[in-house]
Amino acid sequence: MTLAREAPAAPPAPMPDEKPILVADEVGLVYGGNVTALAGVNLTVPQGRLTSLLGPSGCGKTTLLKIIAGLIEPTTGDVTVRGEPVRGPGPDRALVFQDFALLPWATVLDNVGYGLRVRGVPRQERDQVARHYIEEVGLAGFEARYPHELSGGMRQRAGLARALAVRSDILLMDEPFSAVDEQMRRKLQEDLLELLRVEQKTVIFVTHSIEEAVYLSDQVIILTQRPGRVSTIVRPDIDRSGNVDEIRRTPRYMELVDEIWAGLRQYVE
Amino acid sequence: MTLSASARPRNAFSRAAARITARSPFFSLIVWAALWELVGQLGLIDLIPPLSAVLVAVGELFERGSFWEALALTAKTFGLGLLLAIVVGIPIGLLMGLRKRADQLLSMWVNLFLSAPLTAVVPALMPILGIGEATVVATVFLFAVWVVILDTQAGVLHVSRSLVEMGRVFGAPGPFILWTIVIPAAMPEIMTGIRLAVIRAIKGVIVGQIIIALIGFGGLFDTYLSMFLMERFWALIIVVFVLSFTLIGLVGALEKRIAFYAGTR
Ligand SMILES: Nc1ncnc2c1ncn2[C@@H]1O[C@H](COP(=O)(O)OP(=O)(O)OP(=O)(O)O)[C@@H](O)[C@H]1O
Ligand SMILES: [Mg+2]
Repeated sequence: MTLAREAPAAPPAPMPDEKPILVADEVGLVYGGNVTALAGVNLTVPQGRLTSLLGPSGCGKTTLLKIIAGLIEPTTGDVTVRGEPVRGPGPDRALVFQDFALLPWATVLDNVGYGLRVRGVPRQERDQVARHYIEEVGLAGFEARYPHELSGGMRQRAGLARALAVRSDILLMDEPFSAVDEQMRRKLQEDLLELLRVEQKTVIFVTHSIEEAVYLSDQVIILTQRPGRVSTIVRPDIDRSGNVDEIRRTPRYMELVDEIWAGLRQYVE
Repeated sequence: MTLSASARPRNAFSRAAARITARSPFFSLIVWAALWELVGQLGLIDLIPPLSAVLVAVGELFERGSFWEALALTAKTFGLGLLLAIVVGIPIGLLMGLRKRADQLLSMWVNLFLSAPLTAVVPALMPILGIGEATVVATVFLFAVWVVILDTQAGVLHVSRSLVEMGRVFGAPGPFILWTIVIPAAMPEIMTGIRLAVIRAIKGVIVGQIIIALIGFGGLFDTYLSMFLMERFWALIIVVFVLSFTLIGLVGALEKRIAFYAGTR
């Protein structure tokens, strides 16, 4: 376990064993000329790992994720993927939405295939790929259902399958499990880890939950209150091979949660 | 206990009231039909023949070629005007929902014409379009187009932001997002606009024909009134009413079905 406190201006050193796939350099964003959401964010995302963005509400986590997705252009600085500056959405990044963003009039199969349809993949191939990922996220049998017939957890599985179906290297997730209940949330977390063992993705995961961040991440990036900057970077380095409940009871896990809480507490008080 | 005791009779009363209200459309219809028959039989008012005579006239109306000609012309001008209103109204509404500039430029006029007394405009159309079908089509169009525009715009403005962002993240170009996300998501409002447009178009087609007073139902109304054929006059009114309500009901059912498919947003 390493708890590295770095000066906000200096980009953090990449993890020793992994090359960075995505780098944010001095990313700043001002909304409408007066609301500074982000002020000089520097971060490095290692390939094939899960990086969490954690921070007080309104600190700019969603904004940062949308900049990375290419939906918003930063006011200052830039984001690069494999050295190439981000100029908009691209096939190397896919986004999982907090509110699922499923088309209510389309079946699970058509929703999951939407990204492929945009790319002009013919129907038959599109359906085949979609079916594969629907099965992988545990939704087999629900291909012909409509979103309103699914529970919150199942809807997010569909959202995840849709993002996986385009086979991007980078998966961006904005509080993906915050709209489901606690039990479902835990199940989704476990299933996500399971899935990432198969899929080899780089994941950037926005969350409010310290426990979720520690449990899931290889790297936790803690942002300051608005205007957001990087405050602390934590690398949990938890051994996740065992039973989930055991992991949640290990001293290391609890210590990490406490440390991060101590760092974030100042923003609440 | 005292509370429920005092509540009981009121409940019973309101239940009885509800039962009567539920049946009241029928009651009301029967009572008014009886009254009409009575007034007609007594010959109290020259303009009102007995209902039974009017109903006989309804039957005769269907045997008359002039009725079917008028119906065909009405249906044609109504359909053409409504179609034009939809085909023109939806793109303008989409544009106003998507582009702020278009909204700033047009919204004042659309709202103005929506509530303007358009009947007054029809005589002004006659010198331009002639005394015939074109004027009726234009009247239908003018009556119907504004609601289509406004409701389409409202639909576009209600489209969930994250659905559009979803399209963008997957790299969908603007027209693709419009076609696969914005229009389907706005469909319930567009259908409401079309339903309201149908109601207005019915008004438009009748008003247009009556002001011109030469063609279609307007011509028939004019003839029957001037020749004092009151049974036929009322029979025609009943037929027009029934046709209108049937049409409005059908479009309403279609609207509900589409709202269901567009789902919860
Ligand atoms: N479109 C916008 N226009 C103006 N201000 C905005 C806009 N979107 C976000 N903001 C502001 O920018 C700041 C950061 O917003 P953002 O949604 O990125 O925060 P967040 O960290 O995701 O918050 P939360 O944890 O509540 O989701 C907030 O103060 C918010 O009010
Ligand atoms: Mg957010």
